[in-house]
Amino acid sequence: MLELKHITKIYNPGTVTETCVFNDFNLAVDNGSFVSVVGSNGSGKTSMLNIICGNIPISQGKVVINGVNINSQKDFRRYRTIGRVYQDPAMGTCPDLTILENMSLADNKGKRFGLSRGINRRRAPFYKEQLAALNLGLEDKLSVKMGSLSGGQRQAVALLMATMTSLDFLILDEHTAALDPKTADTIMGLTDKIIREKKLTAIMVTHNLRYAVEYGDRLIMMDKGQVVIDKSGEEKKALTVDDVLHVFNTISIECGN
Amino acid sequence: MFDMIISTMTQGFIYALLAYGIYITYKILDFPDLTVDGSFPLGAAVTAVLLVRGVNPYLTLLAAAAVGAVAGLCTGLIHVKCRVRDLLAGIITMTGLYSINLQIAGSNLTVERAIDTIFTAPPVMAVLGDTTLMVRKFIISFLLAVLGKIIMDLYLKTKSGLLLRAVGNNAALVTTLAKDKGNMKILGLVIANAFVALSGAVVCHEQRAFSATMGTGQMVFGLAAVIIGSTIFKKFDFVKGTTAVVVGSVLYKACIQVAINLGLPANLLKLITSVLFLVVLVLGNATGKEKADA
Repeated sequence: MLELKHITKIYNPGTVTETCVFNDFNLAVDNGSFVSVVGSNGSGKTSMLNIICGNIPISQGKVVINGVNINSQKDFRRYRTIGRVYQDPAMGTCPDLTILENMSLADNKGKRFGLSRGINRRRAPFYKEQLAALNLGLEDKLSVKMGSLSGGQRQAVALLMATMTSLDFLILDEHTAALDPKTADTIMGLTDKIIREKKLTAIMVTHNLRYAVEYGDRLIMMDKGQVVIDKSGEEKKALTVDDVLHVFNTISIECGN
Repeated sequence: MFDMIISTMTQGFIYALLAYGIYITYKILDFPDLTVDGSFPLGAAVTAVLLVRGVNPYLTLLAAAAVGAVAGLCTGLIHVKCRVRDLLAGIITMTGLYSINLQIAGSNLTVERAIDTIFTAPPVMAVLGDTTLMVRKFIISFLLAVLGKIIMDLYLKTKSGLLLRAVGNNAALVTTLAKDKGNMKILGLVIANAFVALSGAVVCHEQRAFSATMGTGQMVFGLAAVIIGSTIFKKFDFVKGTTAVVVGSVLYKACIQVAINLGLPANLLKLITSVLFLVVLVLGNATGKEKADA
């Protein structure tokens, strides 16, 4: 279980640009759940992900995974059991390395990067099988450089790479936002499939309310560093895009947007 | 004429070792590493002192590479642990090394004719004793360049090498692979400066001398070699980066040699080096533009 306890995060404390993103923020995510997070810009969604992953320091509070306080763990340590897919498809892969090299790197996550061969040819059939499941024709392009693929293809490979080793959490940071609607649908379907098959605990930040409603077993809406909607189980299933949009608009009107 | 070609190629091979180092920092890590101008003479200084003290000439190469690695470690630690910008971290180490080199070897140190170098030591004479010194220098430099290339190529294919390439390409990915990107950068700088100091050591053997100012402009030379090589072989994917670097190094030395032969005074050597580098950069940009427009 992931717990964010009494998190306070202030950007630029003590200056005129001081912004308080979270003031005593609390959230718990059960193992095996798939949480969609929505909310307007500046509501703290991405800050929350960065706090979980240790990319930004927090002013107060605790980040606890399975009962262990990980506040003092550096970001790269935390990623041993956390996978992450970013909004920018270029962030999840190395453009100058081939698909095979990229997948080999991901395959070795959590192990030593020593002086043994970087690419294990015997694993190539497994990579091909994984790529074939994407239905993007990438299985014959193992030796093609990542940079020559389209954004959607890269994001699909990034998703495979992020979930290749066993994980406590999969963090999806608006990972369909930079893709065209059709590709976004493909990637979203694929994400759901991988999460179900590998029984991952996932937190997905998205601006696509339809995805948030359709996928996942829990929906959270954030506003000004607070959770304003938190529905799971039957309540979540009964939720429609219009319901969420209504709350969204109400908030926007209050803020004068 | 033949002699000149041989000696130019020899120079190219010796400096290819330096260019391998810069290939790692500039091309792979995307790190402008100015340590080079200090670690190159550092390798030479250590070598000169050890040779004068009667140490086995081949061991001096290893010793030079080791101190070069330490210089790279310094720059790496300053950059990563003290969070100093890459350029400044290199300048700090380079400037400090100038004094350290003076402490090690004084402002100048000549290696007497009586002392054996890697080109005249018994093992080499046993095999190549019939050839002239110039040919021996050519063969040994060539072998060192090839050896360096093989080591680099093998390393870049290891898991560690793959991760090093990933750091320069997309550091965020390395973090999500649960590896410390800072440590990988430090490792890259260590390897790079070991190569640079090794190159300085071979130059010391070749010239039988160390001078405190011999590091000036070496960074520019290495960059030019790497950029010439990669520009020429841009369209040929099957040519390894290291091969391109060797060709770049030999070509650049040849260009400088031609300029000197045209009657330009030796005092203008560094000016020639930098102007040629500018020409290479501008030409490289021009060909890059064509590619982008097409």
